Amino acid sequence: MPKDHGIGAAQKRREDVRFLTGAGQYTDDINVYGQTYCHFLRSDVAHGKITSLDTSAAEAMPGVLRIFTGKDFEGIGGLPCGWQVTDKNGDPMKEPPHPVLAQGKVRHVGDPICAVIAETLDQARDAAEAIELEIEDLPAVVDMRAALETGSAKVHDDLEDNLCYDWQFGSDQAVVDKAFAEAAHVTTLELVNNRLVANPMEPRVAVAEYARAKDESTLYTTSQNPHVIRLLMGAFVLGIPEHKLRVVAPDVGGGFGTKIFHYAEEAFVTFAARQINRPVKWTSTRSEAFMSDAHGRDHVTKIELALDAENNFIGLRTDTLANMGAYLSTFSSSVPTWLHGTLMAGNYKTPAIQVNVKAVFTNTVPVDAYRGAGRPEATFQLERLVDKAARELGVDPIKLRRQNFIESFPYATPVAVEYDTGDYVATMDKLEEMIGIPGFAARRAESEAKGKLRGLGVNCYIEACGIAPSNLVGQLGARAGLYDAATVRVNATGSISVMVGAHSHGQGHETAFPQVVADMLGIDESMIDIVHGDTSKIPFGMGTYGSRSLAVCGSAMVRATEKIINKAKKIAAHLMEASEGDIELKDGMFTVAGTDKSVAWGDVTLAAYVPHNYPLTEIEPGLEETAFYDPANFTYPAGAYACEVEVDPETGKVTIERFAAADDFGNVVNPMIVEGQVHGGLAQGIGQALLENCVYDADGQLLSASYMDYAMPRAGDVPFYMVDHSCATPCTHNPLGVKGCGEAGAIGSPPAVVNAVLDALNHAGHDVAHIDMPVSPHRVWQAMQG
Amino acid sequence: MYSFDVVRPKSVADAVAALGEEEAQALGGGQTLIPSLKQRLAMPSVLVSLAAIDEIKGVSSEGGGLTIGGGTTHATVAKDCAASYPALAAMAGNIGDPAVRNRGTIGGSLANNDPAACYPAAALASGATIVTNTREIAADDYFQGMFTTALEEGEIITAVKLPIPEKAAYIKFEQPASRFALVGVFVAKFTDGVRVAVTGASEEGVFRWTEAEAALSGDFSAAALEGLSVSADGLMTDLHGSAAYRAHLIGVLTKRAVAQA
Ligand SMILES: Cc1cc2nc3c(=O)[nH]c(=O)nc-3n(C[C@H](O)[C@H](O)[C@H](O)COP(=O)(O)OP(=O)(O)OC[C@H]3O[C@@H](n4cnc5c(N)ncnc54)[C@H](O)[C@@H]3O)c2cc1C
Repeated sequence: MPKDHGIGAAQKRREDVRFLTGAGQYTDDINVYGQTYCHFLRSDVAHGKITSLDTSAAEAMPGVLRIFTGKDFEGIGGLPCGWQVTDKNGDPMKEPPHPVLAQGKVRHVGDPICAVIAETLDQARDAAEAIELEIEDLPAVVDMRAALETGSAKVHDDLEDNLCYDWQFGSDQAVVDKAFAEAAHVTTLELVNNRLVANPMEPRVAVAEYARAKDESTLYTTSQNPHVIRLLMGAFVLGIPEHKLRVVAPDVGGGFGTKIFHYAEEAFVTFAARQINRPVKWTSTRSEAFMSDAHGRDHVTKIELALDAENNFIGLRTDTLANMGAYLSTFSSSVPTWLHGTLMAGNYKTPAIQVNVKAVFTNTVPVDAYRGAGRPEATFQLERLVDKAARELGVDPIKLRRQNFIESFPYATPVAVEYDTGDYVATMDKLEEMIGIPGFAARRAESEAKGKLRGLGVNCYIEACGIAPSNLVGQLGARAGLYDAATVRVNATGSISVMVGAHSHGQGHETAFPQVVADMLGIDESMIDIVHGDTSKIPFGMGTYGSRSLAVCGSAMVRATEKIINKAKKIAAHLMEASEGDIELKDGMFTVAGTDKSVAWGDVTLAAYVPHNYPLTEIEPGLEETAFYDPANFTYPAGAYACEVEVDPETGKVTIERFAAADDFGNVVNPMIVEGQVHGGLAQGIGQALLENCVYDADGQLLSASYMDYAMPRAGDVPFYMVDHSCATPCTHNPLGVKGCGEAGAIGSPPAVVNAVLDALNHAGHDVAHIDMPVSPHRVWQAMQG
Repeated sequence: MYSFDVVRPKSVADAVAALGEEEAQALGGGQTLIPSLKQRLAMPSVLVSLAAIDEIKGVSSEGGGLTIGGGTTHATVAKDCAASYPALAAMAGNIGDPAVRNRGTIGGSLANNDPAACYPAAALASGATIVTNTREIAADDYFQGMFTTALEEGEIITAVKLPIPEKAAYIKFEQPASRFALVGVFVAKFTDGVRVAVTGASEEGVFRWTEAEAALSGDFSAAALEGLSVSADGLMTDLHGSAAYRAHLIGVLTKRAVAQA
């Protein structure tokens, strides 16, 4: 019988009741007495010099309280970057200033120039239209290759060129050169990892208020990590100490990475609320989201694989251009380096690997982490390359993969990380069974009878999650620690509030986290609530991204709960006049081993708060414990995915007919939530593979600036997935043995889709080596034209 | 949005009077107009809602044809024309989503004449007559290029008269993002000939593919289209497809429409 309680139970998500009945409390639902409205005047050109800016007429318009410009921010910090990358010569990356409001120059369409604060939003918009602004157009830097050519216009005048860093990583040059020199076959592939817009359902919102009498600021904001925002904004931008700054991230309607970062708008409203002594609210429109939320991906890569005569992988070399956009967003610099280069070994024992990444400034929206962040880019290029190698060599792509799998763990890759556990053979076996390899020929024949081409694509993936050990990320350039924290507060009647540093914005923490605590204590989940998203309520937290919540914050919660159990056992021992070592906790009852003596959970918790009969000389009253947890390593979820597509040869349209995902997430707390996370990730991966594309024209105008042109995946675009996580190899270094499941779907699916399309086309006699994503009908048709 | 007034006249006469005001604009289902107001792309002083005018709503049939009120929603057309003109009903039933279909109107769609909209293809292929408060305009004269029609300032589409073809079908190849037509082809076979209207493709908006019409009028079969092609000249190129791709799709979709009709 499936479990209905504790770890492993597929409990329905309790938070869905409020989300599905419209009772969620999102930032835009927060309205503060005396609130004013903010509208940003944004650049409509990609690159230009502000030659004149006159706000006087606008300032005189009805309802206008104040108009801020870059001048108001002179001498105030800009938005910081949280990760310093060191280039291959040992020099730090170029870190140009990222002003809250433009200082003299605009660098992308959407760059904020002025902020109008008025009594109503319409008044603010009206006034923004009355601002007299002249911008002298400068040539836009859009294409990354052109950006690096000598003589290119410069995004930042004070820099030598548009290069942020030139990073190299992995095996020694000589080792890699030797592998390629000795290779029996080299497969080369050039590809683009398409730029994406995260598009969470809820756009960004920020509401700030200032209590002058107490000199306290509060910011309500759509964030995945309120403590990180408090730190970055308080310490680096506005100079407000932590105890005078409260950051609240209430219900957040999806993040996907783009709500990790500290944004100009939230710093601005916090600043402005202090200046005008009134609360200030800003709600992004969808159009603004397209031109101000950090974008994702946008890599151009050349990758080469060296194989020996027996088809063993002996060397891998990559050359990537990574678009940073106009400014360095919070974690932008780490994405194409440490979150990408360290994963280039994939699931294979390639002994020599070298990764080269040039990060480039362009006149586009900043690019940063988006679901998977760096790992989808690594997976896509590697798994497309392996498929291409198999086709060139005329070998079965699954066999080629299996032959090169890492099979013994722990395994130290040539790119710095050590995989603790995994079983890639098992997930591949499972995948083959799920997708039904033997039946494929018949399904292909069926499709062909309908005039359709059918293809099967397979790939593996590995990711580094549970981000991560502070000492390691510190060496790699992170400017913060990446531990997490939890406080378990047991109340007098035995009910529990757990304050966690992880933030839930779709991940179901409010359901899954109590399952862990309930399991440990043997009490019902309904007695436990999770509190998150408010710096005034939780001890500390680095937030939710990198599939880290359960692995890192969950582990902190386990440690805090262990402390609770230890103390509760002491109290129980006192109540039963037994020795502490004999106390056992099971199903919410404390017993003395070998006797029939017992006290209930509630008796012990009550004693802790009504300590009439209590060992006051030995322990304090109350029952509340905090733990910080810093893991020893990343976790390494891995798996194998398969996709079957049909291609309409007349129109080029691709439909996904079957999709199977065999994942190893280690232990699973709530299988229903895990499946939901995989489904969501797959939808986004399929979206990237078939539909989504953020496109700028040569002048830096955003062409895909709304849903009329930016194609989001919809229910009808995705199949019924087959998902499995039974091939579990628990993580060895966190107490739950969990690995993280939030990003896998988005990381693992794009190559499977593209490999399947290419299989369909090549089987039908079209000699097509690669199609860039999104594999749109137009692109497929073009590829078929030769 | 900028601020504006709204009036809800109950008759065409009152609506026409209201539209005589400076900067007045008709509001049908608002599915095109409201988003452009939100973007501050239009600045009417008064919106004259046509939603309360019963005389321009509903479907009636007379003498082998249909008359559809200009204020009739896509959802109503999808339901009420299902038996009489299934190809038209299917076209209307596949516009946007339920919210769009329950609000958007045939009059609004034809007045707007978006180059990727579906109704213009249906009207042109059917040889419809656009009826306004002042006159009747043949579809062949009505569509005058992207977002351009024969309508005068303040003129209201009160009805659309459509002869019912013997056979018809509309095939829309969806633009992946908007789900408007990347290319849409409406084929209608009448006793006296075949009409083929293409939307989504041309820089001039909806147009008739006369070579296909001639071929199909002799032999209404996909085979009759073999060897015919549309030139890519004057077709649109955008993020979702080149002119050459659109030209290719016109051929494919026309054959499919004939096969389905
Ligand atoms: C999400 C979405 C998806 C869509 N998908 C499609 C699609 O796939 N195919 C498609 O064809 N369309 C599509 N549409 C457009 C939809 O069909 C609109 O309903 C239509 O274009 C406009 O009709 P309306 O009644 O809403 O007009 P409104 O938006 O109210 O008005 C549009 C214009 O027509 C004028 N007008 C309105 N009624 C009249 C009248 N009776 N006489 C004279 N002028 C009038 C208005 O003044 C305005 O200029 C979509 C719209 C949305 C929002």
